Amino acid sequence: MHTAPAAARLVPVLTVEDLTTVFPTPRGLVKAVDGLSFSVGAGRVMGLVGESGSGKSVTGYSIMGLVEPPGHIAGGRILFAGRDLVRQSRTEMRSLRGRAIAMIFQDPAMTLNPVLRISTQMVEAIRAHEKIPRAEAWKRSRDALGLVGIPSPDERMSAYPHEFSGGMRQRVAIAIALLHRPSLIIADEPTTALDVTIQSQILARMQLLMKQYDMAMIWISHDLSVVSRLCDDIAVMYAGRLVETGLADRVIAHPRHPYTRGLIDSLPSRARRGERLRQIEGMMPEPLDLPEGCVFSNRCPRADAACRANPVMSVSTYGAWQWRCVHPLNEGPVHGHS
Amino acid sequence: MAIPEHRDADISSGSAEQFVIELCGVSRSFGGPGALERLGLGRGSPVIHAVRDVSFGLRQGEVLGIVGESGCGKSTLARMVAGILKPTAGEIRWHGKPLSSLRGREGKAARLKAQMVFQNPWSAMNPRLRAAEIVAEAPRIHGLIPRGEQDAYVAHHFLLAGLDPALGDRYPHQLSGGQRQRLVIARALAVVPEMLVCDEAVAALDVSIQAQILNMLMDLREKLDLTSMFISHDLGVIEHLSDRVVVMYLGRVVENAEVAELFERPNHPYTRALLEELPRIDGERRPFAAIEGELPSPLNPPPGCAFHPRCPFAMERCRREAPALLPVASGHLSACHLNDMA
Amino acid sequence: MSAKPSKANDKTFRRPGPMLTLVRSFCRSWSARACLAVMSVIVLAAVFAPWIAPQNPYDLAQISMLDAMLPPGSRSMSGMIYWLGTDGQGRDLLSAIIYGLGISLEVGVLTAIFAGIVGITLGLLAAYRGGWVDAAIMRLVDLQFSFPAILVALMLLAFMGKGIGNVVVALVVVEWATYARTARAAALVERSKEYIEAAICLAIPVHRIVYRHLLPNCLPSLIVIATIQIGRAIALEATLSFLGIGVPVTEPSLGLLISNGSNYMLAGKLWVSFWPGVALLVTVVTINLIGDRLRDVLNPRSL
Repeated sequence: MHTAPAAARLVPVLTVEDLTTVFPTPRGLVKAVDGLSFSVGAGRVMGLVGESGSGKSVTGYSIMGLVEPPGHIAGGRILFAGRDLVRQSRTEMRSLRGRAIAMIFQDPAMTLNPVLRISTQMVEAIRAHEKIPRAEAWKRSRDALGLVGIPSPDERMSAYPHEFSGGMRQRVAIAIALLHRPSLIIADEPTTALDVTIQSQILARMQLLMKQYDMAMIWISHDLSVVSRLCDDIAVMYAGRLVETGLADRVIAHPRHPYTRGLIDSLPSRARRGERLRQIEGMMPEPLDLPEGCVFSNRCPRADAACRANPVMSVSTYGAWQWRCVHPLNEGPVHGHS
Repeated sequence: MAIPEHRDADISSGSAEQFVIELCGVSRSFGGPGALERLGLGRGSPVIHAVRDVSFGLRQGEVLGIVGESGCGKSTLARMVAGILKPTAGEIRWHGKPLSSLRGREGKAARLKAQMVFQNPWSAMNPRLRAAEIVAEAPRIHGLIPRGEQDAYVAHHFLLAGLDPALGDRYPHQLSGGQRQRLVIARALAVVPEMLVCDEAVAALDVSIQAQILNMLMDLREKLDLTSMFISHDLGVIEHLSDRVVVMYLGRVVENAEVAELFERPNHPYTRALLEELPRIDGERRPFAAIEGELPSPLNPPPGCAFHPRCPFAMERCRREAPALLPVASGHLSACHLNDMA
Repeated sequence: MSAKPSKANDKTFRRPGPMLTLVRSFCRSWSARACLAVMSVIVLAAVFAPWIAPQNPYDLAQISMLDAMLPPGSRSMSGMIYWLGTDGQGRDLLSAIIYGLGISLEVGVLTAIFAGIVGITLGLLAAYRGGWVDAAIMRLVDLQFSFPAILVALMLLAFMGKGIGNVVVALVVVEWATYARTARAAALVERSKEYIEAAICLAIPVHRIVYRHLLPNCLPSLIVIATIQIGRAIALEATLSFLGIGVPVTEPSLGLLISNGSNYMLAGKLWVSFWPGVALLVTVVTINLIGDRLRDVLNPRSL
C-alpha cells in the first residue's frame, strides 16, 4: 500500500518539532498543543486524529500561522521548505499561505465569498500570487474545477457559491486550494458535514490527486474509519499531546497506546451486533485540570502509580513508530512490514 | 413481522394491536400557498414533499433503524412519530388507534408515549433552566410526580440516564456534550414514554462519548423494554443497534428488512452503495468507490424512481415509473424495478 | 462510572448563573459603570424628590413671586440659594427639575411596560402561531410604522386631552409595534431550536412554552429595545409637552419646563429652558448608552 518512494519519507515536506501553542484565559494558560512533533513526506497523507479538545485543529492553524490572538505559538519549530514557519513574518506567511501551503476547512464558507462568482474568486486567488493574464488564470481555474470532479466546469465558473450543493461547494474550496499546486495541504475535517456517498466521492478524488501531484497532506479528523482508508501515516492526539504516531496500517492493526485502542474499539463495527461497545470511561479532562503524569491516566484501564507519578512521559520508539505510554499494548515483535 | 403489505389483513383480523406504533401511508409536505397567497397576495413558497407514502410498524421492544442521507425525510418522519409535526396525509396509529382520533387527555397521553432525543444537545435544552427543572417540568405539569417527591423523581431519572443527581443545579452550558445528551435522555424518560425516537442522537458527539451513549441506550432498552426508532446517517451505528432497518431516499422507503438480512443480502442498489461506505476498521484497506452523482433536491425530484440518475443499473422504465415497495424475501421489502426482471 | 463528577466538574460547579455573569460583564467597561452611576443618581433623585429637593415647587406656600426669574446662584428672600435660578413663578429650578424628572421617568417606564406587554405578547404570538395570525399582526405593525410617531400621538392627544395617563396611552399606541417586531424576530430564531420542539413533544401547554421557554430566551434583545424605547418615550413626551398637549401644568415634566422657559429665551434669560434641557439630554443619552452596552453584553457570544 505504501506507494510513495522511500526517499520521500526521508526528506519530509513538513517537520513539526516540539510545537507548543498556548491560549491565555482568565483562569490560566491553556496549552492547546503541548510538545507536538511529527513529519509529513511528499505524496503522503498524514491523518491527525483526536476528539474535540485534543488540539488537532489548533495544530493545523499553528502550521498555517492562523492562530487567533491572544493565542500564540510558545515554542518549537515548524520546518517547511527550509524555513522555520514560527519565525516567519506575517507578510512572508501570507505569501506562503494559499501558494505553498493551502488549507481546506470543514465549512467551505470559510474559503468562499458568497457575493462573488466562482470565476472571480479563483482568478483573484491565482493573480494574488502570480502575475499572469486573466484569460490564462481563468483557464487554469476551469481546469481545477474539472480536476475535482465538477461537471461542466465551463458553465459552473460563472455561478455563485450558493448555487452549488454542499458537496460541490466543498469541491470548489478544494479546487481553490489546489490552484497553486501547493506542496502541503492541511484539511480540517473537510468531509465531516457531508453525506456518506458524497464524502466517498470526494475522498476518492483527493486520494488520486495527492498521488498524482506528489503533494503532502495533513488530514485532520475524528473519524478513524475514514483515516484508516485514506491515510499513509497517522498521529493520534489527546489533550494537546501526541500519544501515538506511525504507519496508519500498523498503528490501527496493533495500537500500542491504550487510547488509540479505545478509539478503535469505540466504533460500533468493532463489537458484535447488539453487544455493548468497549467504551472509554469518563471524558477528556479540562485543559487547565490535566491529571499528573500521563494525561490519559485517569481514564486508562492499564494506569497504575507509575503512570500518575511520572510527569515527563517516555517516548518509546520503534523505527518511525512512536508512542507515549508506560505500559504499552502489544509488546514484543511488531507484526506486518512495509 | 412488521411488514406493511400485510397491514390491511392484520387490521381486519384485529392483530394490528401488536404494533406499538404503525404508520400507514404517511406523507408530509411543506410550503405551498399561505393565507395571504390564497387571497391572491403574492406567490407562495414551492411545495416540498419531505416524506411520501411511508408505511411500517414497530412492535413492543423493537429497535427500528432509519438510515438515509440529507433530504431523505428521516428527520421529518421522526418529528411525525414524536407528534411534533402532523402528517399531511396518511395515519399514525398507537396500539391500533389513529392518533388523530385521540383527543383531550387521551391525546395528551398518547403524545407523551413517544419522546424524542435530538441530534444537537447544545440547542435541545432551554439554556435558562437548571438541569433538574429541565427533567422535572413536564412530569410535574402532567401530574406524574407524587407530591413532595420531585427531588427523588428527578434523581431517579438522572441515574437512569447515567447522570450524577448532584449535577441537578447546573445550567446546560455548564455540562459537557455527553452529559447534555444524557440530560436530554433523562428528560425524555421522565414522562415514562413507551418509545424513544432518536434523531441522530450521537452524531454530534465525540467517538468515545458516542460509545458511552450507545451503550446506555442499549441498557435502557433492556431495563425498560423501550421500543425505539433510531435515525442515523451512520450505518455502523444502525447495524449495531437495530432489529430492523428502513432505508430512505428522497422521502420514500426504498428498502425495509431485518438487520442481518439487510446487511447480508442488500437488495436495492442504493442500499448496496451505502453499505460500501460502512465505517469499519478491519485491517484491509477498502478503496473509496462511491456512486456518482449528487443527492437530488426534494424541491425538484427526478421523475420515476428518485434514485435513477445515480443508479448504475437504471433502465428506461426507472425514468418513467416509480417502483413500488414489494417483498423480495420473507420480511424483506425493496422498491426496485430490477426485482421484476428476475 | 462516567457520571462521577471529576475535579474539573467541581470547578465548573461554582460558575455563576447567567444573571451574575451579565452584571459582571456589563460593569467591565468604565463608561458603562459611569452611565450606571449617573442613572442611579437620576432615578434616586426622582424617587426621593420630596426629601431631597430644596423646596416643593408646587406648594404655593413655599414659593414667592418676588423670587421670579432669578439667575443661577441667587439668594432668595428666605436665605436659600437657587443654584439653577428660578422660573417665572419664582420656583426653584433645581427642585422643579428633580420633580420633573420623576414625571418624565414615570411616563417613560409606564410606556415601556405597557407597550412591552402588548407588543411582546403580539410578537410572540405571531412567531409561535405563524400563518394568518402572523400575517395579520405583522401587517398591523407595518401600518403602525408607516405613520410618523409624533403625528399619531398628536392626533390621539388632541382627541383625548391632556394628562399623564393619556400621554402614556398615546405613547403605547406609538411604540408597541417596535416591541412586536423585535419580539417576533427573536422568537422566530428561538422557535426553530430543538428545545421548543422538545417542549411540544412533552405536551407542555402553549402558554407555558411561550412564557417560560420562548420569552426568557428572547429577553436579551427585548431588554435592549425596552431601554432604548424608554429614552425615546421620554423624548417624545417632552416634545408633546413642549407643544402644549402633553402633561398638565399641575404635573410639569421636563418638556413642559423647557416650554415654560422658551418664553424668556428672547429676553436673554436662557437658564429657565437650559437646565431642564440639560437634564433631559443627560437622561436620554445615559439611557441610550446603557442600552448600547446591554446590546454588547447580551450578545449570546459574550455570555
